[in-house]
Amino acid sequence: MDIHEYQAKELLARHGVHVPRGGLAYSPEQATYRAREIGGSKWVLKAQVHSGARGKAGGIKLCSNDEEISNAAEAMLGRKLVTHQTGPRGKLISRLYLEEAVDIAQELYLGFVLDRKEERVMIVASAAGGMEIEDISEKKPDSIIRATVDPGVGMQGFQAREIAFGLGLESNLIGKATETILGCYQVFRDYDASMLEINPLVVTRDGSLVALDAKMSFDENALFRRPEISELRDKSQEDPRETFASDRGLSYVGLDGNIGCIINGAGLAMATMDMIKIAGGEPANFLDIGGGASPERVAKSFRAVLGDKNVETILVNIFAGINRCDWVAEGVIKAIREVGVDVPLVVRLSGTKVEEGRKILADSGEKVIVADTLAEAAEKAVAAWREAAKNKKAA
Amino acid sequence: MAILLNRSTRVIVQGFTGKIGSFHADDMKRYGTKLVGGVTPGKGGQTHLGLPVFNTVKGAVRETRAEASIVFVPPPFAADSIMEAADAGIKLCVCITDGIPSQDMMQVKRYMRRYRFEDRMRLVGPNCAGVITPGQALMGIMPGSIYLPGRVGIVGRSGTLGYEAASQMKALGIGVSTSVGIGGDPINGSSFKDILQLFERDEDTDAVVMIGEIGGPQEAEAAIWARDNMRKPLIAYIAGLSAPKGRRMGHAGAIISAFGESAQEKVEILKEAGVIIVPTPASFGEVVADTLARTKKAA
Repeated sequence: MDIHEYQAKELLARHGVHVPRGGLAYSPEQATYRAREIGGSKWVLKAQVHSGARGKAGGIKLCSNDEEISNAAEAMLGRKLVTHQTGPRGKLISRLYLEEAVDIAQELYLGFVLDRKEERVMIVASAAGGMEIEDISEKKPDSIIRATVDPGVGMQGFQAREIAFGLGLESNLIGKATETILGCYQVFRDYDASMLEINPLVVTRDGSLVALDAKMSFDENALFRRPEISELRDKSQEDPRETFASDRGLSYVGLDGNIGCIINGAGLAMATMDMIKIAGGEPANFLDIGGGASPERVAKSFRAVLGDKNVETILVNIFAGINRCDWVAEGVIKAIREVGVDVPLVVRLSGTKVEEGRKILADSGEKVIVADTLAEAAEKAVAAWREAAKNKKAA
Repeated sequence: MAILLNRSTRVIVQGFTGKIGSFHADDMKRYGTKLVGGVTPGKGGQTHLGLPVFNTVKGAVRETRAEASIVFVPPPFAADSIMEAADAGIKLCVCITDGIPSQDMMQVKRYMRRYRFEDRMRLVGPNCAGVITPGQALMGIMPGSIYLPGRVGIVGRSGTLGYEAASQMKALGIGVSTSVGIGGDPINGSSFKDILQLFERDEDTDAVVMIGEIGGPQEAEAAIWARDNMRKPLIAYIAGLSAPKGRRMGHAGAIISAFGESAQEKVEILKEAGVIIVPTPASFGEVVADTLARTKKAA
């Protein structure tokens, strides 16, 4: 789960990380009021959306008076910011953050991630801040400093000092940098983060160290013990299709194709989507219905998939292990009647009691295209989708 | 004896009396697993499914000489249960639980290092389908009926995709020595490489199918190890060809976040290491049959 920049900064500031003075605004009037509160003569207005690369997309604006703040706020609010991270649909700007402008002497990069190889938290730092970490590792790989934390004892002072010296900071900044790095680790650990990135961390002309931007993501498996983080969720930043599904306990990822997928198990779901692609189609979504595939869950899944207006065909692929194909088939028929499916539907069942399951589908009188194998299911789904698309054009 | 598990392995269930634990314990018993008891703190002394219940894993090990444990404990308490098993002298722990926080798993892996390598418990999972040695014993949630006993090993992250592979093989009369689900989480007990090492040493396994997916370094690590050390044929499929970067595909670990983590990149790495690639998820059966036929001819 991602949070906004201003929320991440609030968490970090509580743990000894210096951030610029700033305030949240929902309207142009509030934004100019915030400028009075903060004081000074130059401010930066920042769109609060869950994405990096906001500057290039027009989501960050330097302002020097009320009129500029007000105009920039007017232009940003209610608009969708499109960056290479948000995808073409973009993300709605409904909150703004106004900050005092900072006089930058040097930009650094500081990131915390879960390193899957070491199975530990890894700190990544570079004196080449301001660019994205992918670019840094491509263009200035030698500038990257890494350290991993032993989860038994937590991050040690010497590790933070090594990074601070490694960044080439002046000796009067080492203490501040150490405090910042240890503070970040504390936040990462105490709130079960999965990613924390300060880019850039800046040295100002008056010799202080300030987190100019902050990005954080959290381990969704740990939210049960982090209610204060769960509260920071902003549904307006999520794909509405995904919000609908996650509110119903389904694992769903929206994509850009036309063939909706309902599958049990994440691996089989990915494999089925791959098969659709190989057969010449494009999946509209990833959806793992979970182990049970009960009639209720099947019905919820149909609703989630049909909520996407691009869906022109649905492919159901269930491997009944613990449960039985005849039960799944009954669930599918029940769901079709309850939800009303007006696009071609291909169903492939396998596993326990598969013959009985196929018979129920065939005898139901509903228009269900039955497939026996994974390859056949994908081919039939793509064929049905082409046919449907042709008819749609003709009509 | 295949790997990890056979008909004489003495197994206990942690989270024994819960709904899910009970359901699968019953299923495992019927399959032929030598179930000797279970653990539910506070219910020690009771009998459940005709087997004794213990308050602690240590108690269960003392009374039943259990060597293996399967964990169905809910996510907030699962890491604790795994560490309890490690401390009680359990040799193999299979954790089925889905949804354990990453930091808890970091703690578990760190904790297990307190034991010398020879004494250290082997952990499989979490968030996995478990282990099955067809015809002998089941420590997991997979449907036993889809596996034919045989001589091909399977190791994969995903449960149902593993079932797909096993049933395609069964349709062609190809059986399985042992199938191991290592789970879909970013930090897991046994890696692909760990399991490949066991299969390579196993006299009852002739070839291995590895079912990977996007995200993480384990498939590439396994490929390098296999290139340098493995004499048995290794056949691999990587799921997630159509997955976009930065989006998590169901499994907490199935997310492309670094170079070399996409399906295409992993397939390239595997190919370069001489691994046989299953081109589509519909061709597990065919590719395994071809490989076995060619190996036989060569021998």
